Amino acid sequence: MEIIVCIKQVPETGNIKINPQTNTLIREGVPSIINPMDMYAIEEGLRIKEKSSGRMTVITMGPPQADAALRESISLGADDAILISDKRFSGADTWATAYTLAQAIKKIGHYDLILCGKQAIDGDTAQVGPELAEMLGIPIATYVRKIEEIDNEHIRVHRMMEDGYDVIDTPMPALLTVVKEINIPRLPSLKGKMKARKAEITVWTADDLNGEPSFYGLQGSPTWVVKIFSPDPRPSGRILTGKTSEMVAELVKGLKETKII
Amino acid sequence: MDYFLTEDQLMIKDLAKRIAEERIKPVRAELDEKEEFPKEIIQEMAKSDMFGIFIPEEFGGLGGRCLDLVLAVEELSRICSGVAISFAATALGSFPIILFGSQKQKEKYLPYVASGKSLCAFALTEPDAGSDASGIKTTARMEGGEYILNGTKQWITNGAEADIYTVIALTNPSKGIRGASAFIVEKGTPGFVFGKKEKKMGIRASSTRELVFSNCRIPAENLISKEGMGFMVAMKTLDQSRPGIGAQAIGIAQGAMEEALEYSHQRVQFGQPISSFQAVQHMLADMATQIEAARALVYSVARYMDSGAKEISKESAMTKLFASDVAMQVTINAVQILGGYGYMRDYPVEKMMRDAKITQIYEGTNQIQRNVIALQMLKERAKGR
Repeated sequence: MEIIVCIKQVPETGNIKINPQTNTLIREGVPSIINPMDMYAIEEGLRIKEKSSGRMTVITMGPPQADAALRESISLGADDAILISDKRFSGADTWATAYTLAQAIKKIGHYDLILCGKQAIDGDTAQVGPELAEMLGIPIATYVRKIEEIDNEHIRVHRMMEDGYDVIDTPMPALLTVVKEINIPRLPSLKGKMKARKAEITVWTADDLNGEPSFYGLQGSPTWVVKIFSPDPRPSGRILTGKTSEMVAELVKGLKETKII
Repeated sequence: MDYFLTEDQLMIKDLAKRIAEERIKPVRAELDEKEEFPKEIIQEMAKSDMFGIFIPEEFGGLGGRCLDLVLAVEELSRICSGVAISFAATALGSFPIILFGSQKQKEKYLPYVASGKSLCAFALTEPDAGSDASGIKTTARMEGGEYILNGTKQWITNGAEADIYTVIALTNPSKGIRGASAFIVEKGTPGFVFGKKEKKMGIRASSTRELVFSNCRIPAENLISKEGMGFMVAMKTLDQSRPGIGAQAIGIAQGAMEEALEYSHQRVQFGQPISSFQAVQHMLADMATQIEAARALVYSVARYMDSGAKEISKESAMTKLFASDVAMQVTINAVQILGGYGYMRDYPVEKMMRDAKITQIYEGTNQIQRNVIALQMLKERAKGR
């Protein structure tokens, strides 16, 4: 079985800083990791690969330093890794990202299953997986927490819903986005890490893909970010002291002043 | 402090640290409380190739040497030395085969060790033979192309969990310890059973058992080296493994110091964090200094051994002696800094203090280490070095 896992390199910290001029993330000086949700996609891909004696390719669109995320995937057991990297891809929204990934996957050609994490911890949109399935014209199951059956023709999965779970069957090839309940990701191995250090990472630029150039990057992004900002820190509250009747009067006065009541 | 580790060594250290923090830390208190062998964690370590670190490349390992093993044991011990020793005891049990085994023995056993499919154990100690190894009574009698083992080994780490046991037994009791030989005994061999499971003060996640041999027949080819070489095999094995105990001790001490530092910053008494009191600061400073001195000694001796040095008994004994005394002192003071909380099982420092004690005792008590060091000093003097 041929498996493709799409991953994203994200800043490690929850404390994301934004450049006020460009309204984009400041990535300099922030350690990067594989998006934690994508780690579950990698693990699930590896498990299917090991059971089916298949192959697993990991792809990512990102700057040259995303090479590290791909090497980590190889250290975990991925067979191949492709970095889709070009200045012309930068500033992409979810649509342009999905478009670019779709072009790369079309270039790879054959696949049985595509796995993505539910969403990335930086953008938090959960859109790229579904958009990618749409562009490739294949079925999708989102929020997958269990794969019950899988063969070359079909797959049966459990989707995590708020009030239980759905069991759905879909023909293959298909795309799944997975949630953290699906597995416990493995740790890398020392031999895997040594292999990863020496591995050749394929790099594809816009010239290697057959897409429409105007659909890439910022230019190809229908989403326009008007403003991104860090919310002001919450001011500290006031603690009222004294007799209860005085405190209540003071509280009501304050609530009226702030137009809460 | 930068010890100029190689890229591979940093990789081993990082991975051991991740295993310790992500997989061992969440369960260490439970493993200690229940005295439960960490089977799942051992399997996970096996998948990460940790057991390959000390096995030569031609037998499926990574060809790492003393310092590589030291780094792994230190990082694991920083979180839980009970788990760490279950790992390190496999290295100890495999050293007789690595150092003195025949090509055939190495080919047969080491790939299983490297992949983590088989754990090892080293069996020298007996009820009447602790510091005085010459008191061993277990015998191996040759009969019809087989050796027949009889006797009891005591306090064997990884007992019942290991598949491969390297056992010291007397092939010629009349010669005393000079009549000892080393053997490989596989778990499941008829006549080889496990006795009492020990209840210990510390390192409670590790398994410590009696091995009982009653007319246990093993093939002649399971003899390591030659008859009569058993004591030498055992001593060289311990020379090789002692820096590992040093590493275990540094790891325990480092873990305890980190807990004490963190706690001292959080704990407020007399209106300020206790870390602002000089009495506490000086204790922390002494801990850090002692640990760094121990680490510097262990790493340099490990490097000395890795350089191919032949005479290592003295230096190897020094690592274990010094680092274990540091671990004891540091953990006692960590409990002191945490005060009443430190004495409770809600915090990990009391476990670290219990765990530290064994490092002064096993693989040769610290009194025996001093004997080894002094004996070597006198030998060197006699040789005019």
